[in-house]
Amino acid sequence: MDGRTAAYDIEVDGLTKRFGEFVAVDRISFKVRKGELFGLLGPNGAGKTTTIGMLTTTLKPTSGRASVGGHDIGTGRREVRESIGIVFQDPSLDDQLTGRENLSLHAMLYKVGREEAREQIAAVLKLVDLEGKADLLVRYYSGGMRRRLEIARGLIHHPTVLFLDEPTLGLDVQTRRGIWEYIKRLNAEKKTTLVLTTHYIEEADYLCDRVAFIDHGRIVALDTPEALKSGLGGDIVSLELDGADAKLVTRIKAKTWAKSVSGHGSRIDVTVSNGEKTIPLLMELAEKSRVRVVSVNLRRPSLEDVFIKYTGTAIREEGGDATWGMRQRVMSRMR
Amino acid sequence: MMFDFNAVYVIWLREMKRFSRSKSRVIGLLAMPVFFLVGLGLGFNGIVHIPGVADYLEFLVPGIIGMSLLFISMSSGIAVLWDRQFGFLKEIMVTPNSRTSIVLGRIAGGATTAMIQAVLVIAIAVLIGFTVTVGWINLVAIVFMFLLAVIFISLGLTFGSFITDFQGFSVIMNFITFPLFFLSGAIFPVSSFPGIVQYVSYVNPLTYGVDGLRGALTGTSMFPMWLDVAVLVVAALIMVAITALAFERTET
Repeated sequence: MDGRTAAYDIEVDGLTKRFGEFVAVDRISFKVRKGELFGLLGPNGAGKTTTIGMLTTTLKPTSGRASVGGHDIGTGRREVRESIGIVFQDPSLDDQLTGRENLSLHAMLYKVGREEAREQIAAVLKLVDLEGKADLLVRYYSGGMRRRLEIARGLIHHPTVLFLDEPTLGLDVQTRRGIWEYIKRLNAEKKTTLVLTTHYIEEADYLCDRVAFIDHGRIVALDTPEALKSGLGGDIVSLELDGADAKLVTRIKAKTWAKSVSGHGSRIDVTVSNGEKTIPLLMELAEKSRVRVVSVNLRRPSLEDVFIKYTGTAIREEGGDATWGMRQRVMSRMR
Repeated sequence: MMFDFNAVYVIWLREMKRFSRSKSRVIGLLAMPVFFLVGLGLGFNGIVHIPGVADYLEFLVPGIIGMSLLFISMSSGIAVLWDRQFGFLKEIMVTPNSRTSIVLGRIAGGATTAMIQAVLVIAIAVLIGFTVTVGWINLVAIVFMFLLAVIFISLGLTFGSFITDFQGFSVIMNFITFPLFFLSGAIFPVSSFPGIVQYVSYVNPLTYGVDGLRGALTGTSMFPMWLDVAVLVVAALIMVAITALAFERTET
């Protein structure tokens, strides 16, 4: 890690973790810039939590190295721990204590001075809008409030890097939007470097400066969401026909403006650089082929399309049940 | 190995806060010793005579205090399981503090609450007719209560460090606590056991704890009290070391 430049808070080089025969994380390398909001996106069991585990020194890597905040995760465990904050995937609050007590215990465990702790606790409570509920036992908090308190707690000791492992798993859509705003706000106001894992595509798209796609323990793509999407080469026009028609597919393929064409039963997806102008041309072709078009759909490529391109499969969206996710994670680790 | 006194204090403080809010748990844990005290103490008081002891209640009370310390302390191991279940264990484990400090904090917190409850048992015993020898000697009783608490909390925490399922934990606890209790001379003198069972009692730390408490509270003990203290101090040191090792080894 000698060549570490001040521009990066995290440098990962060939990091690998095996559980027996199963390779959970397979020689991954990436760098996270100071103040960046960096995302690890992938399906359950892809190796995101294992990666976070190694970077936060709770799991020992099988091979490879990494530094966090300038400290090696193998030789500088304590220093790494002092410079990071973690919001775990699973809840980790003492629900028999109040919100404020949870924060204050945390401050004491990280040796934040008494005066400073009081100011910091007030500041982070304000950041996540929990000032009014601070002296309520956490037992009476809703899921979203608990998550906000955990995010607040992760910030008390001024970490260089804050890790957020699936910060909105199991929360309803409205609460999720709220959490996103808090995450954006703290990245903007505190300039904290953030690393978040998620399997929600729109979360990575909305929040992250750069996204690394993880699948089967490997990084398959890494760039800004915009660059990843434009890398697909333009808009996607979908034609829904009243039946499958292979002839039309061949005809479209012959056109120079069609960058890629794929038939899915009665649907044909065409990638083009300008969707609006292509639709009339497509309609003309359909008419010539005597095929009836039932509907036309134009969309900009999403990160989901990018993920499909790189992995050949879609990320499955699960129901928002936190315990399910927990069990799934344990199972995927055992696998 | 780095030692963080600060972390010991914080974990202790957390135990105190939780203890002050769990009145039902305090009452629940006191119920069993009180039932034993009333059931055995008042029931056998008239019919059982132990040589060298004024009455059976005088003999029984130190035994029941030892028993409460055993049961209450061992049950603190289950707190590790709850902390793991609620994820709070992880929050503590990733802080930049040594595992040993965290273990010592738990032991300190558990010992404080166990001793408070043991003192409550003494108070209840006095209410039903137990007479305490007053004076400096009761400080000696506190020392014995502390050592017993440390030994059995460590034992409970060690089990809590590797047993993750609640049912398994309580089965194992019962499997261990009841023999320790019956073979400690808490409810009948060790000398009334057949020879070979007596030897088993001699490797049971509770035997020395109950004997020491008897000496401190009623003035009659089987062993010299310095021996009771010495055995318990050694046992406590060994148990704390084992617990610290057990927690150093776990990944979360």
